[in-house]
Amino acid sequence: MSETSLLVGPFNRVEGDLEIRLEIADGRVRAAYANSPLFRGFERILLGKAPTEALTITPRICGICSISQSAAAARALANAAGVTPSAQGEKVANLLHGVENLADHVTHFNLFFMPDFARPDYAGRPWHDRAIARFTALQGSGLRAATEARAKLFHIVGLLGGKWPHTLAIQPGGVTRAPTQRDKIRIATDLRAFRRHLETELFGAPLEGFVALTSLDQLDAWQTGDAGLFLTIARDLGLDQIGRGQGRYLSYGAYPSAEGPLFGRGVWSAGALQELDPAAIREDLSHAWMIGEAAHPSQGQTAPDETMRDAAYSWCKAPRLGGQVFETGALARQIIDGHPLAVALAAEGGVRARIAGRLLEIARTQILLEVLVDQIDPTQSFMDIVEIPDTGEGCGLVEAARGALGHWIRIENAEITSYQIIAPTTWNFSPRDDGGAPGAVEAALVGAAVAPGEETPLSVQHIVRSFDPCMVCTVH
Amino acid sequence: MNVLWLQSAGCGGCTMSMLCAESPNLLDLLEGAGISFLWHPALSVETGAEVRALLQRIEAGEQELDVLCIEGSIVRGPNGTGKYHMLSGTGRSMLDWTQSLAQKARHVVAVGTCATYGGVTSSGENPSDAIGVQYEGAHPGGALPAEFTSGSGMPVINIAGCPTHPDWVTETLMLIAAGAMTRDALDGFGRPKFYADHLVHHACPKNEFYEYKASATKLSEIGCMMEHLGCVGTQAVGDCNIRSWNGEGSCTRAGYPCINCTAPEFEEPGHRFTETPKFAGIPVGLPSDMPKAWFMALASLSKAATPRRIGVNATSDRITVPPSLKGPKQ
Repeated sequence: MSETSLLVGPFNRVEGDLEIRLEIADGRVRAAYANSPLFRGFERILLGKAPTEALTITPRICGICSISQSAAAARALANAAGVTPSAQGEKVANLLHGVENLADHVTHFNLFFMPDFARPDYAGRPWHDRAIARFTALQGSGLRAATEARAKLFHIVGLLGGKWPHTLAIQPGGVTRAPTQRDKIRIATDLRAFRRHLETELFGAPLEGFVALTSLDQLDAWQTGDAGLFLTIARDLGLDQIGRGQGRYLSYGAYPSAEGPLFGRGVWSAGALQELDPAAIREDLSHAWMIGEAAHPSQGQTAPDETMRDAAYSWCKAPRLGGQVFETGALARQIIDGHPLAVALAAEGGVRARIAGRLLEIARTQILLEVLVDQIDPTQSFMDIVEIPDTGEGCGLVEAARGALGHWIRIENAEITSYQIIAPTTWNFSPRDDGGAPGAVEAALVGAAVAPGEETPLSVQHIVRSFDPCMVCTVH
Repeated sequence: MNVLWLQSAGCGGCTMSMLCAESPNLLDLLEGAGISFLWHPALSVETGAEVRALLQRIEAGEQELDVLCIEGSIVRGPNGTGKYHMLSGTGRSMLDWTQSLAQKARHVVAVGTCATYGGVTSSGENPSDAIGVQYEGAHPGGALPAEFTSGSGMPVINIAGCPTHPDWVTETLMLIAAGAMTRDALDGFGRPKFYADHLVHHACPKNEFYEYKASATKLSEIGCMMEHLGCVGTQAVGDCNIRSWNGEGSCTRAGYPCINCTAPEFEEPGHRFTETPKFAGIPVGLPSDMPKAWFMALASLSKAATPRRIGVNATSDRITVPPSLKGPKQ
């Protein structure tokens, strides 16, 4: 038996910094350790500040999930005040948030994930020439078209939110700018342009066709667009079989409304949908360079271990729900929302499933945004007055592109005295817990093939990127 | 011209913003301008060992480096070790890498307010002991000393902004390639003058409200945000309202105040971002290049002369009183 270890980094085309240590035996990954090597301490930066400062500070945790952070902070403040935003303001906030999530998915597929298939390692594969033409990093026609379309899609955020990233438009009571009838027309036009892009390039067919898929056989039969190219590659390389998760998925529910979140909330475990109980969340610190005991985020603290003790290996805490590891993200969201294709992919749970789940969510989010803009009523108010209490607690649970994002705030004497954040990639890229259970990506990497001489195994890259990690959010 | 882009302790938002470049898109723009990335963490194919080999070649002088772009602050913690941010796979801190690679670069460019001055990462108690590449807040000297110059003889070029406008970055790179980014092209904080010689106030659509000091009293009202809501657009450098963001956007156009994100130490304004600090009812921070007494006199005069249209609209969330025009000729 041959044993060796590899240190993989800098791991790029993920947002932020990631280092993965692999133990390899007989050409397979035997164990993986995910290290988030950057600590900035946003949870401490916020201490002592006025509660509303979180609206300016927290979006700057992350340049790719900025609106998600903004939405979570606004929700946490509104929750502390015991209110919800104005109904129309909520719709505009959802629209802003949905545009970011949609753009992030398209960025991930085109710029982060697909370029690996244009590598010379895959020369000779029947699909390789197409992959080169479409997805060669910085050059391919597919990622070029996506970059162009993404920039134009963000005109919606420019119009409603001033700029992207780091808008201050989303507030506890709604949004800062009341859209006009003309703005609605403009936004609908931008959305139509983006639909055309998706239907021409990514799906090669009407979005509704992809949304109508209900089984793995139907997914396999999808041939058009870059989605078809990906599915061809996935079949050839067996991407359905690698990077498989543990079948436990978590979603806080995306895009709140009076009738409940537009993409549902819950957990998926043992092949069935269950209620989510946020009180059962604990952040374990046993393998993080953090001091303190495992705690619910409302009671948590962030005290970095300056000695970087040997027993730990990441700045990332290890969130667990009911003591168990959960995976979060587009696939999780679509499973929990009950889409039949996603449910069919739940047991598969590997690289193909995560990417297909994201493609499905791209199509569904585009359609959802078209409905949302139609529901905006420019005659209404978009902002309620919200008095933030001098003392109180609140939490804001939202869905970023990469999954469940939570902010927990405590206010005393009109100052923030505790602010804890669990980001999606904190769930997916957590280190081990005190029971030794590895985090989601650590477990998914076990068994990945490592060819002789590979220093940065391709299978490991595909698996890691299938999660679309955002490392700057992870530790924050 | 080649560029090595490294992401230090920041949010990655300046790269994400740069990807919003238009006319043409970022990839067409770079290719057309003859600018290529030796490596970019979000855009290049190379990962892991391939990148480590590139960095070694640059350090060894085997690979020439035209431009080193650093995005994100440089963290010194804990205790000056820089270990709060190790460049993954290398066993070395970003502090160490920045100091080493800067010696090899013809130009060093700090992208975003974290990289230029420390930015939001250095806010509050500054847990990671973050600084900028060549500044610590408003003080010269950061990860690189105040007297540092790169191979071209230039100090660090500071593209400040949180985030940076895509054009600020692409135009700076193209001006470097054209040999036009000289010391004269930078302002007193090392920012390219082509955008830093403007104020956010310029072309702000709220200027008519400003003229009459017709002020919004809370977020969502369309009046001027200087008097009550913390807006410092009259003092903040940037052509945000001239060139606009993501199509037709800007902070003030979206109804929230300019927080001076292109300035050193903007992250600690000494008051709430969305509240104007006042002394005896008068805003403390007034336009910097105007005598205060004059400002006060003009402000009280213009307030008294505010037309009803402007006064009413200022505290509305949309235009409620349109301009009164002469009717069609009979």
